[in-house]
Amino acid sequence: MCQDLLLNGTIYHCGMDSAPEEVRTSPWIALAYLVAGICFILALRGLSGPASSRRGNRLGMIGMTIAVVVTFITHVPTWADPEFYSVPYGRDYLALIDWTATLEILAAIALGAAIGFTTAKRIAMTAMPQLVAAFHSLVGLAAVLVAIAAYLNPQAFGIADLVTPMIGQPFAVIDPVSRVEMGLGVAIGAITFSGSVIAFLKLNGNMGGKPILLPGRHVINMGVLAAIVALIAYFTRDQSPAVFWTITVLSFAIGFLLIIPIGGADMPVVVSMLNSYSGWAAAAMGFTLHNTAMIITGALVGASGAILSYIMCRAMNRSFISVIAGGFGAVADTGGSQAIDRPWKRGSAEDAAFLMREAEQVIIVPGYGMAVAQAQHALREMADRLKEEGVRVKYAIHPVAGRMPGHMNVLLAEANVPYDEVFELEDVNAEFAQTDVAFVIGANDVTNPAAKTDKSSPIYGMPVLDVEKAKTVLFIKRSMGGVGYAGVDNELFYRDNTMMLLADAKKMVEEIVKALG
Amino acid sequence: MDFIAILSIFVLACFVGYFVVWSVTPALHTPLMAVTNAISSVIIVGALIAAAAAGAPGAKWLGLLAVVLASVNIFGGFAVTERMLAMYKKKGQ
Repeated sequence: MCQDLLLNGTIYHCGMDSAPEEVRTSPWIALAYLVAGICFILALRGLSGPASSRRGNRLGMIGMTIAVVVTFITHVPTWADPEFYSVPYGRDYLALIDWTATLEILAAIALGAAIGFTTAKRIAMTAMPQLVAAFHSLVGLAAVLVAIAAYLNPQAFGIADLVTPMIGQPFAVIDPVSRVEMGLGVAIGAITFSGSVIAFLKLNGNMGGKPILLPGRHVINMGVLAAIVALIAYFTRDQSPAVFWTITVLSFAIGFLLIIPIGGADMPVVVSMLNSYSGWAAAAMGFTLHNTAMIITGALVGASGAILSYIMCRAMNRSFISVIAGGFGAVADTGGSQAIDRPWKRGSAEDAAFLMREAEQVIIVPGYGMAVAQAQHALREMADRLKEEGVRVKYAIHPVAGRMPGHMNVLLAEANVPYDEVFELEDVNAEFAQTDVAFVIGANDVTNPAAKTDKSSPIYGMPVLDVEKAKTVLFIKRSMGGVGYAGVDNELFYRDNTMMLLADAKKMVEEIVKALG
Repeated sequence: MDFIAILSIFVLACFVGYFVVWSVTPALHTPLMAVTNAISSVIIVGALIAAAAAGAPGAKWLGLLAVVLASVNIFGGFAVTERMLAMYKKKGQ
């Protein structure tokens, strides 16, 4: 069962590389990983409401602690060795511990913790989409590294059999099923990594939001994907490094190629999709390691990302395939030019203050522009002033407002807006007809009535907020020239009941607050 | 564990994930992404195994690097989720 092994010029002494077999396969260990998995399920379950969410998050932390501690004590040499605990009293226990491995691992965790904590503490809430994309890339890269490590040292992962040929050295043969799992793990991990890096660069503004369209990209992408699948199949027959590294390199390339043609407006879908991939990568590695915690988590995260992608696609009335194919928003500025001459009404902060003070109900419609202008705090101040005047204030959130699912809700929560004043599209849309003022700040496409009437519009069929049904629409926009991310002109601007407030969102809201006195 | 047993766990977990995620309120979709990010870093289990194993130095260093990356995600992900969730308040709270 256990014998010394020579691989790539290194001698592996039996029993040196990890804890004894019976400790690692103890049912208690498997049970502990299962408990960790259940903690993760409950962590997501907690998010069904803000009240239970914090407890859920703590459970997630507990689950992670269990998984890490159990792995640590069962795999760092000596910690899990029964002999270590049965040595006669009085012997120097500390001298028996593999301090090098222990300290290296603790140092690695401490370094990661320091970076993670600092980032989490400093990051502005408006930058959450970038942060999440960056975090996805780390999961992807970690999955790639683990898969490579498993490939280089399969014995440590318990996925290889030692074969002693008639002539020559004994060598490790990786179990063919594990090779598929490993291949999938490295491929999905690499796609997650390079895709997330591009998504990060686009969200962070280091790279333009406009889609980059390579000629023949569909053919190239399909070809590369087919090659990856074929190579993973071939990998089961030939475990040579060339095959493994080609899979890795091609997967990095396809992640990059898949995301560059996707425009800024589709980033909520991309971020959700990459979230899903990071889960599938973890699940694939869980299969390799026969680890229930990883498999359960991978399935949860994979499902979560997939559902979020579906919700985002539905909110844009687009198929997942068309989003992935990319190019949306590239054919902009058609129809915008002749529309610019149409008459529209301009209002001032004083007009807006007057209209809202007289109103019975005001519904605020925030969008990505609010995040860019950092106007959420000023907005809440305005709402507070209005409430003092006896006005009922509500917020209406479109599912794709912002750059990631739930982005607006977080920003409003940051500005101390109570969450019971914030409503989803389907819950609030019927109310616009009985509302005096709809206050649109930084949103555009999600309010465009053309989505309901104009069959030639690229956003036709997309569910939109019925703001035009309100008695008056106040629409904050920097200038009349620009179009939304879909590249279409908004019918709303030219309606009789719309008043355009042309200014920076934050400045305009501050002026309104001043005018409210 | 044999492959079918693992596959069964995986498939059932997918169903659990499906129903649990649909029950998440849309207002918490951003924290959901942050926390799924943190928990998918359970891949640290694989990283620890690689880092703890002696024998192949290359695999060991890759493992340690993966431990760092996954730790950034775990600590950063849970911390930023905690920070966001603390901001959600009811009227008058």
